[in-house]
Amino acid sequence: MVRVDGNGKTNSQIQVRGLDKTYRRGGEEIDVLQGLNLDVDKGDFVAFMGPSGSGKTTLLNLLGGLDVPTRGSVTVAGDEITHMSSRKLTEWRARHVGFIFQMYNLIPVLTAFQNVELPLLLTSLSKSERRKHVESALSIVGLAERMNHYPRQLSGGQEQRVAIARAIVADPTFLLCDEPTGDLDRKSADEIMDLISRLVKEYGKTVLMVTHDPVVAKRADLTLHLEKGVLVEGRELPVPAGGAA
Amino acid sequence: MKFRGLIFANLFRKKLRLTLTIGSFAVALFLFAFLAVVRGAFNRGADIAGADRLVTINRVSIIQPLPLAYRDKMLRIPGVKYVTHDNWFGGVYQDEKNFFPQFAIDVENQRQVFNELKVPEDQWQDFVKDRQGAIAGAKTAARFHWKIGDRIPIKTSLYGGASNNWEFNLRGIYHSDRVGGDESQFWFQWDYFEEQVPQSFKGNVGWYTVKLDSPDYAVSVQKAIDAMAANSSFETKTETESEFAASWVKQFGNIKFLILTIGTVVFFTLLLVTGNTMAISVRERIGELAVLKAIGFSDRWVLFFVLAESLTIALVGGLLGLGLALVAVPALGAALNGLLPTLILSPQVLLSGLTIALLVGLVSGILPGIGAMRLRVVNALRRV
Repeated sequence: MVRVDGNGKTNSQIQVRGLDKTYRRGGEEIDVLQGLNLDVDKGDFVAFMGPSGSGKTTLLNLLGGLDVPTRGSVTVAGDEITHMSSRKLTEWRARHVGFIFQMYNLIPVLTAFQNVELPLLLTSLSKSERRKHVESALSIVGLAERMNHYPRQLSGGQEQRVAIARAIVADPTFLLCDEPTGDLDRKSADEIMDLISRLVKEYGKTVLMVTHDPVVAKRADLTLHLEKGVLVEGRELPVPAGGAA
Repeated sequence: MKFRGLIFANLFRKKLRLTLTIGSFAVALFLFAFLAVVRGAFNRGADIAGADRLVTINRVSIIQPLPLAYRDKMLRIPGVKYVTHDNWFGGVYQDEKNFFPQFAIDVENQRQVFNELKVPEDQWQDFVKDRQGAIAGAKTAARFHWKIGDRIPIKTSLYGGASNNWEFNLRGIYHSDRVGGDESQFWFQWDYFEEQVPQSFKGNVGWYTVKLDSPDYAVSVQKAIDAMAANSSFETKTETESEFAASWVKQFGNIKFLILTIGTVVFFTLLLVTGNTMAISVRERIGELAVLKAIGFSDRWVLFFVLAESLTIALVGGLLGLGLALVAVPALGAALNGLLPTLILSPQVLLSGLTIALLVGLVSGILPGIGAMRLRVVNALRRV
């Protein structure tokens, strides 16, 4: 169960306590996150919304160990990551986090297969084992037939599917999605959201997603809003007719 | 290596740029090998010179003669084992471009002094018996397709006389038992030379080569020879064979400095070119490097990928350049028509070339690599 009051279970998969993030810009200190609390259990699907500059991506970066907080702690599956060294944090990311970006961020000179294989290169899996995992991940996203295509030979939706396959191939603890449909048309966005929902329902993945799109946010189990540096639960936002992705 | 696919995919990202960068390495390494070969050719005389040999020339210049009478006086100096003498003939075979060094040699002592130049005994005996006999170095014989028994006309304008056209019978072919030894000379008997030259040249030799009992006598014998000729009409200058070869090279200018300067400029330019290329290449894919770091590739891996690319370019370019040099050096030797005795692209030169190429590759990749290593994922992703 997702909680934002700091009173969640001690065994929550993701536990955030008193998270502060302050940026210094031109001599001025900007408090983006102020004492943020969050508890997420395994298999939860949470959407974060909020106006631009509210700190959604900052929160995602802190949860994914890409940035360090000014104060507070982030604990994932029992690992307190806020005090890890950069090297440890990199290793931790490889094991626990699957990233899905708005712009897909595939390596253009690698095929879909090679892009998905990247996280596995850091493991001790043999070539044949890696192949099995990659084929399985690409099958889940419905692109097994296109594994030898380069990103430029795929549509935006297909590129994002490859990126999702890359995110899940090493079976991470949770997925962090930063505007995963932000660059897609409605139809492709729906397909991507269907896929992410399937990962939650069928494969029990924990998904934390940042989005501006209320239609997309509605696909999550819970939508949290970032307001004045803290998360607020349960605000209903109007869904625009025809909804833009 | 499981990262091979990633490294090669990145290398071939911009094929034209890759080709040009590899080409820069190839040209630089070709030039390096070429300069090293030329330098080696100039220095070879000094490198392979006998430590127990001295060369005595006329103090004024090597083109001024010395009297034959000095030979017996030299032989009386303690530490002197053998003395031989040569005269420069300066002729051409058939055509001006067919240059090779010809010497009138002292048949009696030649082999004792230059014992690294080997002639089969039967050929030597045939040579000794034939007043017009000649012995050619294996390289020169091969160059003109000479075989033993051939009649070889040599034209010279140095000695005037009744005829400028001298004729010799090839009686033997010599080989050097030292790597890089000079096999381009042409020898004939000094007695025949003495017989043919006009009166004004008779009784003189071009220079002496002295074989010592031991290299330890070098300084004392050197001093004794020059003291013997002091205040005479034919004062001498005696040096070790190595010093003599080195001062001979100096006549062409400071070859070593010239070659070092050219080499340094070439490699410095190469460093700037490849450094810039690698910096651009890394800058172009900051986002991709950030993604790699985000999904778990450590800073060291990122540095490794950048260095692997720059080192691969250096290795391929280096091998290409040195390979081209291996093919071109024999052609160059042929084109120079024996102007430089031996052009050798030694394994040491190849190894040094490859080491320098890899060093340039390393240095040009290290700064962009460290930049990529220090990249903050959050900042880099924001730029994508």
